[in-house]
Amino acid sequence: MKHLTQFFNSLFLAELFKGLGVTGRYFFKKKITVQYPEEKTPQSFRFRGLHALRRYANGEERCIACKLCEAICPALAITIESEEREDGTRRTKSYDIDLTKCIFCGFCEESCPVDSIVETRIFEYHGEEKSDLYMTKEKLLAVGDKYEEQIAADRAQDASYR
Amino acid sequence: MLDLILSIYEIPVINILVKIVAILVPLLLTVAYFTYIERKVIGYMQVRIGPNRVGPRGWLQPIADAMKLMFKEIIFPSGANRVLFIIAPTLAISTALAAWAVVPFGAEMVLADINVALLYILAMTSIGVYGVILAGWASNSKYAIMSTLRTAAQVVSYEIAMGFALVGVVMAARSLNIGEIVMGQSGSGILGWYMWPLLPLFVIYFVSGVAETNRAPFDVAEGESEIVAGFHVEYSGILFAIFFLAEYANMILISVLAALMFMGGWLSPFADVSFLGLGSSFLAGSSIIWLISKTAIFMFLFLWFRATFPRYRYDQIMRLGWKVFIPITIVWIYVVGIMYYMELAPWFTKG
Repeated sequence: MKHLTQFFNSLFLAELFKGLGVTGRYFFKKKITVQYPEEKTPQSFRFRGLHALRRYANGEERCIACKLCEAICPALAITIESEEREDGTRRTKSYDIDLTKCIFCGFCEESCPVDSIVETRIFEYHGEEKSDLYMTKEKLLAVGDKYEEQIAADRAQDASYR
Repeated sequence: MLDLILSIYEIPVINILVKIVAILVPLLLTVAYFTYIERKVIGYMQVRIGPNRVGPRGWLQPIADAMKLMFKEIIFPSGANRVLFIIAPTLAISTALAAWAVVPFGAEMVLADINVALLYILAMTSIGVYGVILAGWASNSKYAIMSTLRTAAQVVSYEIAMGFALVGVVMAARSLNIGEIVMGQSGSGILGWYMWPLLPLFVIYFVSGVAETNRAPFDVAEGESEIVAGFHVEYSGILFAIFFLAEYANMILISVLAALMFMGGWLSPFADVSFLGLGSSFLAGSSIIWLISKTAIFMFLFLWFRATFPRYRYDQIMRLGWKVFIPITIVWIYVVGIMYYMELAPWFTKG
């Protein structure tokens, strides 16, 4: 009996009609496509995009050249050189992130004791040559200056989980 | 002036050329927009919206695709047989288009009203396979030749089942002329169509048609997962476009033949159904609109299948063709014989 039902099920393509039914139903369902440049998906405040170097409110750069980020970076994308500034504090002479190496894991941000290096929500950037994707200290500070408000708001939202 | 144009139109060669253009131009436009509709329909079934960037709602997408392919370079692989490499797509497209010569679009609207129309179509589609075989062989590529072997075996197997399915139609209509096959279905509206007494043959004809045109779920010839793109893997530019065109023209041909032979072609489903009271209104009259809408149903089925079914394994395809379809068709030919003997109304009544 079991064999018989199976035989007729396969002969009359029962399963195939069931499959056609599924696709037929989905044909009329509401489409979920997000039409990217015009529409965008919501972003988390923890989004890990382009990096930035932050400053304190008085304009002093936060980075103290501890090199923890350089040490933890799994892709070896960060290169830091430090020096003693005239006022005697330790600062970076250069702070470079090679975005072609970076895997956007966020470890640099996690490791930073002064919340200097952060990853912003920016992900729509491009480089026309490889050096465009080599972020120097100046470029990183510029990103930080430009988006400080957003960066600070995102950190504040995340603060209670840290 | 009008007289001059009419007298030029009376010249047989001009007359035929005009008719050919009148068939081919709408056909090629349909092919172009069939690719667009395919992407839209499959997109909709996958809860996407499909192409919508080129022109309003993406309507210019097929034109953009065609332009791109026309301006691309044709690359001849080293070691390829250049002559055959070019002949192969030519063969594929010429047979795919030549088969349309005998397809009637109305009681009098047919380019070549010949009495062996069905045989002619079978012959043309069979020759079309040589395009695929030559393409695979001339490419000097192992993927192409693998795909060619699969295609050849598959098409030969399904041609038998398809031929048998058509034997049933020929028995019912007592003619190979497609116009007469359609007229044999007239008289009682939707009930008069051959799809009812020949239902198994109808299903087998269409499934074999899907297999013949190497469409999903029988598209092992393309098998992206194992042989890249199949027989046209080495083709680029306009030569690739021609293969594409031939495949879609064949799909439309299978659809229009299914509509003609099993669903009464240009006959209205409401014709001669007195209780509806349509009388001689537009809905009850024969018109090309019926043929087009019936063909569209089958064309949609091609896309629906592609969106639904995963690809058959190669041995399953062969099993289906030889061990399921051919026995069923043979059995049903005997059943048709019995129905013919009993003069079962309304399909088999003589005269």
